[in-house]
Amino acid sequence: MEEEIEKVGIEKPLKRKAGEVVIEIKGLKKSFGNNEILKNINLELKRGENVVVLGRSGEGKSVTIECIVGLLKPDGGTLKVLGEDVAEMDDRELKELRIKIGFLFQSGALYDSMSVRENLEFPLTRVLKIQDQQEIDQRIEEVLDSVGLLDAADKMPSDLSGGMRKRVGLARTMIVKPEIMLYDEPTTGLDPITSREISELILNMQKKYKTSSIIITHDMECARITADRVLIMDNGEYIAEGSFEELQNSNNKLAASYFKDIS
Amino acid sequence: MAEEVVIPGWKKWLEDIGEQVTFFIRFFRNIFVGGFEWSEFIRQCYEIGYRSFMLVGITSFIMGVVLILQLRPTLVQFGAASMLPTTLSVSFVREIGPVIIAIICAGKIASSIGAELGSMKVTEQLDAMEVSGANPLQYLVVTRILATTVMVPILSVLGDAIGLFGGYLALNLRDKMSFSLYFTKIIAALDFTDFIPAFIKTIFFGLAIGFVGCYKGFHSNKGTESVGVAANSAVVTASLWIFVIDAIAVQITSLLFYK
Repeated sequence: MEEEIEKVGIEKPLKRKAGEVVIEIKGLKKSFGNNEILKNINLELKRGENVVVLGRSGEGKSVTIECIVGLLKPDGGTLKVLGEDVAEMDDRELKELRIKIGFLFQSGALYDSMSVRENLEFPLTRVLKIQDQQEIDQRIEEVLDSVGLLDAADKMPSDLSGGMRKRVGLARTMIVKPEIMLYDEPTTGLDPITSREISELILNMQKKYKTSSIIITHDMECARITADRVLIMDNGEYIAEGSFEELQNSNNKLAASYFKDIS
Repeated sequence: MAEEVVIPGWKKWLEDIGEQVTFFIRFFRNIFVGGFEWSEFIRQCYEIGYRSFMLVGITSFIMGVVLILQLRPTLVQFGAASMLPTTLSVSFVREIGPVIIAIICAGKIASSIGAELGSMKVTEQLDAMEVSGANPLQYLVVTRILATTVMVPILSVLGDAIGLFGGYLALNLRDKMSFSLYFTKIIAALDFTDFIPAFIKTIFFGLAIGFVGCYKGFHSNKGTESVGVAANSAVVTASLWIFVIDAIAVQITSLLFYK
């Protein structure tokens, strides 16, 4: 089935040099009851690469990344992350894998009973088991500086705007320095200026922390800024693949419908 | 459009029982694995215990007053007004105090835990905690269940004392009895077979309140409506469990102590 994906101008070089495969998905299937969401997902994410996934709501884009972190169990196919088969992992191995994967939720998913500082401390003390307060403070300062929110450390999530929440959410995932980042609609619900800032932040974080990312979005500006490669999902599988410019100029009807408003 | 699978009610009920058992085993296992979240446990003890104390205190006080006012006319008819402290203390310490206080705690604590965890589920905070590699069971569930298991018995003992004090004040509205005499009569009426089984069952009440609250919150659906459903269902289920545990406890106590 992989051959059926329309690889538009695949001979053209990507913006960054492709390397080792960090996520390898073959024939992934997932159903809820009789509703088949993922029919045949095939994807390779290379180290240092940003892959943007476009698709209509309810197509199963989020389901794919939830399978990658083991929140959902696939019904079929293989899913390898950093060379390890996720389906064969026990709880301890899955926990170790999750430390290497950052997941930015649509809402930011900040722990609302904790301040920004406590949100950032949480993965350091609970996951990385860092006890040295000096190191913790240094890491928090560094990551808050990266997202431009140094002065928000003592604020509660309820005092933050939507854009600030996403920045803190991003900071919380980046503070453990993951190898892979999964973004679930990072710019949804934000104004165009803030969306652009978040998209640029994603790119900056990738450069700074050398992460490989899958970005699920409907925001074409976000896709244009962040994508090395774009995948278009339809009816439970990827139907087109290429760089942003390649898909923009492709003859694929569905791809054209995404790009028609882009000048 | 694919057809929706309809699961029969009994099968759903059995699945739910199975999930509850699994959840309890996971909770129990997580008490001993990894580091214990002492700071969160102490925070929960404060939230659950200290924040519920006023409500428990006022309710117990009123219960003590009301019981004396209700008992007095009947006991006076039999010329047994002096038995009022004895009757109140035995009924309050053995049964009324622990059950009423546990029901109040189910209303306040189980609903609050159910709503808090349910809302964390809706806003993807539980998923965020899980995918970060942290253990939400250890941080959220173990601490809350253990905090209710510790605090409900303490609240119950304090509630008993306040209720008995309320009874003393109510008694002195019509009759005159010194505090030392009242206190001596209470102490004389109670022995360990009254106090210990009642105390032990409040530990199980606390366990049930915390467990049901956490289970309902953790297993709520992903919609704003489900937060309310989780809170409501936590109160109803925890209250039901309190009566079931009480019935079992009374049977065991009767078999062991009141042959």
